[in-house]
Amino acid sequence: MEKTMPSGTASIAAVFAANREQQRKALAPFVTAGDPDVDTTVAILEAIDRAGASLCELGVPYSDPIADGAVIQASYTRALDNGMTIEALFATVKRAAAKVRMPILAMASYSIIFRRGIDRFVADAKAAGLAGFVVPDLPVEESDDLDAACRSAGLALVRLVTPTTPPDRAEAIARRSTGFLYCVSVAGVTGARTDLPAGLIDRVKWLRTKTDVPILVGFGISTPEQAKAVAAVADGVIVGSALVRHLAEAGSKPREELVRGVEDYVGKLAAAVGTSC
Amino acid sequence: MSTTSPAPSAPLGPLSSVPDALGRFGRFGGRYVPETLSAALEQLERAYEDAIADPAFAQELDGLLAAFVGRPTPLLFAERLTKLAGGAQIYFKREDLSHTGAHKINNTLGQGLLAMRMGKRRIIAETGAGQHGVATATACARFGLDCIVYMGSEDVRRQAPNVRNMRFMGAEVRPVETGSRTLRDAINEAMRDWMGSVENTHYIIGSVVGPHPFPRIVRDFQSVIGREAVDQCRRQFGRLPDMVVACVGGGSNAAGMFYPFIDHAGVRLIGVEAGGRSAKAGDHAASLSYGSPGILHGSLSYVLQNEDGQTADVHSVSAGLDYPGVGPEHSYWRDAGRVEYTSVTDSEALDAFDLVARREGILPALETSHAIAWAVKEAARRPADEILVICLSGRGDKDAAEIARLRGMVDG
Ligand SMILES: Cc1ncc(COP(=O)(O)O)c(C=O)c1O
Repeated sequence: MEKTMPSGTASIAAVFAANREQQRKALAPFVTAGDPDVDTTVAILEAIDRAGASLCELGVPYSDPIADGAVIQASYTRALDNGMTIEALFATVKRAAAKVRMPILAMASYSIIFRRGIDRFVADAKAAGLAGFVVPDLPVEESDDLDAACRSAGLALVRLVTPTTPPDRAEAIARRSTGFLYCVSVAGVTGARTDLPAGLIDRVKWLRTKTDVPILVGFGISTPEQAKAVAAVADGVIVGSALVRHLAEAGSKPREELVRGVEDYVGKLAAAVGTSC
Repeated sequence: MSTTSPAPSAPLGPLSSVPDALGRFGRFGGRYVPETLSAALEQLERAYEDAIADPAFAQELDGLLAAFVGRPTPLLFAERLTKLAGGAQIYFKREDLSHTGAHKINNTLGQGLLAMRMGKRRIIAETGAGQHGVATATACARFGLDCIVYMGSEDVRRQAPNVRNMRFMGAEVRPVETGSRTLRDAINEAMRDWMGSVENTHYIIGSVVGPHPFPRIVRDFQSVIGREAVDQCRRQFGRLPDMVVACVGGGSNAAGMFYPFIDHAGVRLIGVEAGGRSAKAGDHAASLSYGSPGILHGSLSYVLQNEDGQTADVHSVSAGLDYPGVGPEHSYWRDAGRVEYTSVTDSEALDAFDLVARREGILPALETSHAIAWAVKEAARRPADEILVICLSGRGDKDAAEIARLRGMVDG
């Protein structure tokens, strides 16, 4: 089925434009590609889409993810142990992209992108229907090549700012970010946390005065209450480890039940985020 | 970009004028890390530039290297080994005589002083063989810093004496149960700790690996080995040696030994990697011999990966060489054709351990035994007026129990 919707960076921009019009904020769930298998991943992506997610981040399993806590590490390990490959990743995206409205971005280590070759990786990603990338281990200084490839393909390269990023650097990073800006809530690895970090809300407000690019906040957000509080000042939130853990805990259930659970959980988060304008 | 090492007297040729301002050794190196670590790496870079411009820093480090480590380490003629090989004269640069029994202490004292200049009093480190862990624990005890060492649980088992010694000196050893439970996984865990602790913690990385500026800093601190060797050769032989050989895990003893020789084109430099059980993928840890350029632990260098970029499983009998990557400067030297890289197998290394134990009265580390195995074979092929220097990177006490266990298995 051909979609007439915009692709790549433009599709992300369209989501934020529509959200602004409807006065809603974005929920961007993170799930690992191939955990526990690709058929389930496609079903989960559909469920997330139905539940009201604006965007989705699809984690590309990597053997040495130094920015990830135990939950996502274990998820990557399960996917790799089950035979997940980069070819299978693109095939999975292709299947899912034909069925969902929300743009899908790949969260991928630069180790993996570099190995395949930047131009080839970006071309394959575009052909599969990915809208862009989040590359957690690629600082701005090293990003010229991937940036150029993404710009010419019309795909987004989402940059990250963290609590340890000095203010002038944060502004420079925001200027180079396409799609949205990923504001990392804590100095640390991914993983659900019980409290929102002190100073987060002020940091997001400050960033808001410095850039027009949409700001999504991620790392550590797990409850609808947290999501709502953050979405009040940002353009949306990313929920990763909490959802991945939810999937891991439900891992032995039949797929339909697993998918219903995800839809339910994401639906609650989306509702909390959606009403927080 | 200044590339002043702690020895500003060394002449800098084109091959030694690296890295550049972005931490590049040719195309290799760089800084591929999460944004959370960027500020700390910049802080470290500034602190290091500051330190090497400060005569008090060099004075304090040199004082410690002399009285605490016991430098300079001697250059010893391995007389009976030379006789056995029947060719070139073999010399040992005795890093095994350093306090804590390996070259690793040269780096941990330097980085410990840097940590204090940055006001960081919590130290983390990874370790494979345990030598870097012990050297870090030692520096922390000396300086009064908190010390946490990540070590793969497989290495905790096979290098038990070092685990005990780290604990004696007040370090907390955290066994790592992820992945292959070896050095690579220990680095992952140390990096993850640093992601959350970077504002009050310094990560003393143990080799010439990792993101810029680590490969340069560790090389510079380890270059004391090569500088001493250059002086000793000039004094003892009136000339430089014909060949210099070192084992290569991450590559720090080799980088420190080679760097002062790099611009002396007449000196052959040979790095020996872990050939493990065979040349089959998964059976060895020889990144420069069998790998290809890729990114691991923050820098671009030769790595052992599968076609998707997933890090490959590796094997070596020696915990300190059991690593799928290598420092970026070695990749640069390899591609420039300046250093030759080769590998020897587990069993060749074990034989070299026996040989040096019986013929020289020295128990070398299993890592070091790789360099020795290659050097003895090569010496046999070279004329008697040639001089071959081996970096005897460490002592083998830590390996004694594991070697006995392996021998026990072989003997049935
Ligand atoms: C004695 C000894 N030699 C060599 C190595 C390998 O490290 P590198 O290649 O960084 O010198 C180790 C590492 O633990 C070691 O303990």
